[in-house]
Amino acid sequence: MSSIAEKRSVGAVLWEYLTTVDHKKIAHLYLFGGGFFFLLGGIEALLIRIQLLKPQFGFMSEETFNEMFTMHGTTMIFLAAMPLLFALMNAVVPLQIGARDVAFPFLNSLGFWLFFFGGVFLNLAWIFGDAPDAGWTSYASLSLFSEGHGIDYYTLGLQISGFGTLISGINFLVTIINMRAPGMTFMRMPMLTWTTFIASSLILFAFPPLTASIFFLMFDRLFTTNFFDVTAGGNTIIWEHFFWIFGHPEVYILILPSFGIFSEIISTFSRKRLFGYSSMVFATILIGFLGFMVWAHHMFTTGLGNVANAIFAVATMAIAVPTGIKIFNWLLTMWGGSIKITVPMLYALGFIPSFVIGGVTGVMQGIAPLDYQLHDTYFIVAHFHYVIVGGVVFALLAGAHFYWPKMFGTMLSERLGYITFVLFFIGFHLTFFIQHFLGLWGMPRRVATFLSGQGLDMGNFISSIGAFMMGIAIVIMLVNIVITTVKNQKVGNDPWEDGRTMEWALESPPVYYNFKQTPFVRGIDTYWIEKMEGNKGLTPAEPLDDIHMPNNTIMPVIISLGLFIAAFGMMYNPMNQVGDGKPWAIPVLIIGLCITFGTMLIRSIKDDHGYHIPKEELMNDKHKGGIAS
Amino acid sequence: MMAEEKYTPQTWPADPEKQTLEGRNKFIGFWLFLGGETVLFASLFATYLALKNKGTHVTTNELFSLPLVFVMTMLLLTSSLTSVYAIYHMKNFHFKKMQFWFFITVLLGATFLALEIYEFYHYVHEFDFGFTSSAFSGAYYTLVGTHGAHVLFGLGWITALIIRNAKRGLSLYNAPKYYVASLYWHFIDVVWVFIFTVVYLLGKVG
Ligand code: HEM
Ligand SMILES: [Cu+2]
Repeated sequence: MSSIAEKRSVGAVLWEYLTTVDHKKIAHLYLFGGGFFFLLGGIEALLIRIQLLKPQFGFMSEETFNEMFTMHGTTMIFLAAMPLLFALMNAVVPLQIGARDVAFPFLNSLGFWLFFFGGVFLNLAWIFGDAPDAGWTSYASLSLFSEGHGIDYYTLGLQISGFGTLISGINFLVTIINMRAPGMTFMRMPMLTWTTFIASSLILFAFPPLTASIFFLMFDRLFTTNFFDVTAGGNTIIWEHFFWIFGHPEVYILILPSFGIFSEIISTFSRKRLFGYSSMVFATILIGFLGFMVWAHHMFTTGLGNVANAIFAVATMAIAVPTGIKIFNWLLTMWGGSIKITVPMLYALGFIPSFVIGGVTGVMQGIAPLDYQLHDTYFIVAHFHYVIVGGVVFALLAGAHFYWPKMFGTMLSERLGYITFVLFFIGFHLTFFIQHFLGLWGMPRRVATFLSGQGLDMGNFISSIGAFMMGIAIVIMLVNIVITTVKNQKVGNDPWEDGRTMEWALESPPVYYNFKQTPFVRGIDTYWIEKMEGNKGLTPAEPLDDIHMPNNTIMPVIISLGLFIAAFGMMYNPMNQVGDGKPWAIPVLIIGLCITFGTMLIRSIKDDHGYHIPKEELMNDKHKGGIAS
Repeated sequence: MMAEEKYTPQTWPADPEKQTLEGRNKFIGFWLFLGGETVLFASLFATYLALKNKGTHVTTNELFSLPLVFVMTMLLLTSSLTSVYAIYHMKNFHFKKMQFWFFITVLLGATFLALEIYEFYHYVHEFDFGFTSSAFSGAYYTLVGTHGAHVLFGLGWITALIIRNAKRGLSLYNAPKYYVASLYWHFIDVVWVFIFTVVYLLGKVG
């Protein structure tokens, strides 16, 4: 494993990625997997916008349109945004806290493969006929009797990938609690690490309710239980509650790490310590906490009553306070800083006003009486795209440019990066700003078309044009990636020259054991402190010694594959509501589960102590591993 | 500290489950996992309460009989106690005694599970109260059945540990594994206490 580009066969590289437990490689996997689904979701978005380009356009049928927006939303949230964030978190967080890997390398790999197989299962719906068509929220009143197996792909696919997400969340929590280098106290942790920590705890508490409600829906559709069937005493509102008890924290699972990425970028390129670090931490925790108190703002029109609506309205508006604290801290970090404009910094600058717009419309929707007007209109669509694209996707693009050198050892072209940014930024506002007005003018959300002569033509046309600009921007970014990879110009440890946190003290990409000696952390922005004192690397906290490493393993792939197979058995079991049960279904279900649980059993029976890299070998290794010596 | 090292009662450390980094990671990771499990069961309880006696021809009052459930409760509570004994012996490096008490734990747990299966069988055949009969029945079986599945998983897990380590004694490598399994077992027990109260006792009163 040396950094010199050795020629290795494609098969060997593939096998390496299938069996890897190295957080840096798993970060690559998340980037490719999430990136693939991001492109898929993007294509679906473009198809939606083509259908809405002009009134009564028959580009696709209404059924297909329903499937299209459902798959778009589900893919983007579960299979693109979250995994892409996991990519950056995996690549950076262990390095930021001075760890050689995550707490559970095996589970890290398992988390990825579960996500991946779950995502593939969901998308097989396109190939096998019926895609889910009840929205990413899949309200039971709609989804319960949806024809065909579409919804079953949704329930089974999300169940599998949801387990993966939960596992990854726990892994990050333990990593951050237990694996910090000496001196890295909680109040010295970089913001990306902090936000990963809080987002992971949200995952831990938000995913189980989703798991429960998806189980109910799955049982109802596949085993004819009656959780949501009103004629047998069921209650569809249960789904709405559970979905949003999950759903609102979920939006913070996405936005908090994005805030973390921007905090790193803004302080790096303002060449200044993050302003109000402790209030940033406090605001992050508060947002995480309040995030669980506001779910019913998605249900103002469900009829929970005025008292409930009032309470949830107030709680919702309260979240704007810690969010505002963050915005001001970013502005004050830049204030008086020596600002350097780079592609990541541009995204950060674009993010602040865009996200503020999304936050303001959020508070507007939080006003319950007003929400009766806004609910289920394009205003809502505009709101959540301002926060999700203007917040999360901007952060992902910024983070991709910012951390690309650390992940791959090469720099993306800044010039092409500017072009991508400008096109994407303009395209984004073109697409979504007008949608606020479309909503106010009465265009409902999730409709396959609209009539001409109602004042909606121009707005929709503009919106579609903007979407294509974003599409072109992403294509340019892909070209950028290809060119950069082909050129393969390696960069040094600190390619942005102003790196503050420990990952920038390491090689790009870091050697597989990250740190030759565990570093000693002397304050916030460890590497910056060392640089200011004229040191070339980090201060070691221990003498050079053997390094313990985990073994690679194929088991995570097999465990996930087992569930993937079992899901087919589940779907075609003879009791299913669609009525196309197959005789092979139950055997397949059992075989799948046996594969999964059998592999887990083998895993726990077979000892795996990992291996040690001997001290002598480390001494002769030309990699510095963060320490200047 | 090396996980594979051999120990004597004198050299065996006080908190064997937390001596290695792997052990400490498992320890915290498992507590967090139990946090998530708590939310899962809370969701199932909430659903049960929302759907209790809904759409059903037989209500909790007619269905449940406390003596059987009481016996089950006692079995499971005792099994929690025996797993405490086992961990006590683990801390004192008494491998044989630890194995024995874990074995008793498994026996008690298996008896509990057998009674639960009998209970379900009874409901289906005497009361025509199946998984798909009503919203209530679905919620009931999902809540209690999820707990039962946890018991089953726990039994398999502890049995695997007992068999796997039978020949090689305690080490800092397997001590955390035993410890975490016992945590899991306590958790199952606590959930059952809630089931006993919320489902059965309140079912008889309400
Ligand atoms: C100041 C912060 C925020 C407030 C006050 C807020 C408020 C709201 C409200 C009240 C709704 C429901 C509107 C309705 O359906 O009638 C809503 C919808 C939504 N919000 Fe936010 N929000 C905030 C931040 C965010 C963030 C940070 C994200 C994502 C990263 C987000 C994503 C969404 C999504 C996806 C929906 C639509 C869900 C759907 O119905 O499909 N929001 N928001
Ligand atoms: Cu919300």
